[in-house]
Amino acid sequence: MSQPSLVIGNINWFKYASPQTFFPLAGAMIPWFGWAAAALAAAGLYVGFFVAPTDHQQGEAYRIIFIHVPAAWMSMFIYLVMAFWAGVGLAFNTRLSHMMAQALAPTGALMTFLALWTGALWGKPTWGTWWVWDARLTSELILLFLYLGFMALQAAIDEPRRADRAGALLALVGSVNVPIIYFSVQWWNTLHQGASVSLTAAPRMAATMLAGMLLMAFAFWFYSIAASLHRVRTIILERERGADWVKEYARGLR
Amino acid sequence: MLEALLCVIGRDLRLAMRRRSDVATALLFFVIVVTLFPLALGPEPNLLRAIAPGVIWVAALLASMLSAARLFAADYADGTLEQMALSATPLGAIVAAKVAAHWLVSGLPLVAIAPVLALQFDLDQSLLGALVLSLLLGTPVLSFIGAIGAALTLGVRGSGVLTALLVLPLYVPVLVIGAGALDVAAAGQSSEPHFLLLAALLVLAGAFTPWAIAAALRISLE
Repeated sequence: MSQPSLVIGNINWFKYASPQTFFPLAGAMIPWFGWAAAALAAAGLYVGFFVAPTDHQQGEAYRIIFIHVPAAWMSMFIYLVMAFWAGVGLAFNTRLSHMMAQALAPTGALMTFLALWTGALWGKPTWGTWWVWDARLTSELILLFLYLGFMALQAAIDEPRRADRAGALLALVGSVNVPIIYFSVQWWNTLHQGASVSLTAAPRMAATMLAGMLLMAFAFWFYSIAASLHRVRTIILERERGADWVKEYARGLR
Repeated sequence: MLEALLCVIGRDLRLAMRRRSDVATALLFFVIVVTLFPLALGPEPNLLRAIAPGVIWVAALLASMLSAARLFAADYADGTLEQMALSATPLGAIVAAKVAAHWLVSGLPLVAIAPVLALQFDLDQSLLGALVLSLLLGTPVLSFIGAIGAALTLGVRGSGVLTALLVLPLYVPVLVIGAGALDVAAAGQSSEPHFLLLAALLVLAGAFTPWAIAAALRISLE
């Protein structure tokens, strides 16, 4: 099979579109992103626990923000990235793009779950309740359902090519729906009850708090990259198990 | 092309009329689900009046999803679907015709019987018009979205439950706006914005989902 080529500035940008060439590249990138995530998380947690001041309204309970907000950001961002790779896979028929989308889904679902769970833990001491039918919480919950639906659909179809393409279409339909869902839920909430709890009117944040949150956000980001690269390597090995280079690689491991 | 579409609609309607029990089953499901709520929550009239729009909407949504899950199953099993995909008429247009026929058979009866169920819940009679109009605009959108799920899960094991998992999150905007129309009407305000939004969703769904459904069918037929 001849490889398509897109040569800009002496680099063939399609070189790493093939699972065989991407596999070692991903392997080389994982330690960098993994250790960067660990270092950033250590710095972020230090700032979060020891440097950032205690909030005058919420006391120490607010410190869960350093996990909660980055997880919520990543949950939405990963869905966009997943839909992007799904769209690329459908448009250019590249297997690796579909594998990337498949590898991103569990990390995205994990981040969504983390955001919901830490949100509940944060809600109990500050709002006095585990759960509020607030627009953000509800749309985050529906985002989790979208992730789980994507994973369930891919798991239910045995043939990889069909699973890839069906999942990709679902991810694209979902990404069109996410804003509609968000606005409809927001609207629904304001109709049913006045906003008893508002997250939008946040008090001005201390600079150290913001710094801790940004450090944690980058830590989560790099962790997500490392985790999905690791997962995509596993998927590549599983899917390409018939290929010679995989057999050679497996012999090298023994 | 119009001729082909009318032919598809006529064929599906004729097929449905030959097996009337299938049509009746979905309708019966709708009625039974609605009936379960007073049994579970007690016959307190004020409570029933308050929950009526939500209950009827959720039941309509579930009934529509269950009947949409089998939208392409028979055509897929006997090979008709492949012939449709090969025909000169665009698959998206044929799919739109099939969804329209499906709505006439499964959505329209729901809309027709909903006011009777609303009376069981002692819903104010001035709200019946809003109920019918919201369902009339909303249920076709449900049929279009449900068809995407049905097309993606065609011939997949456990496709019924899977379709529910895929489709129910996508139903949320229709449910929110549809049931919201009645809440607003009950509060004595105009629910016209809700109807306009439902109509906008219907236009969007009618314009774009047939092509997504056609793409999903082609993936499943490969």
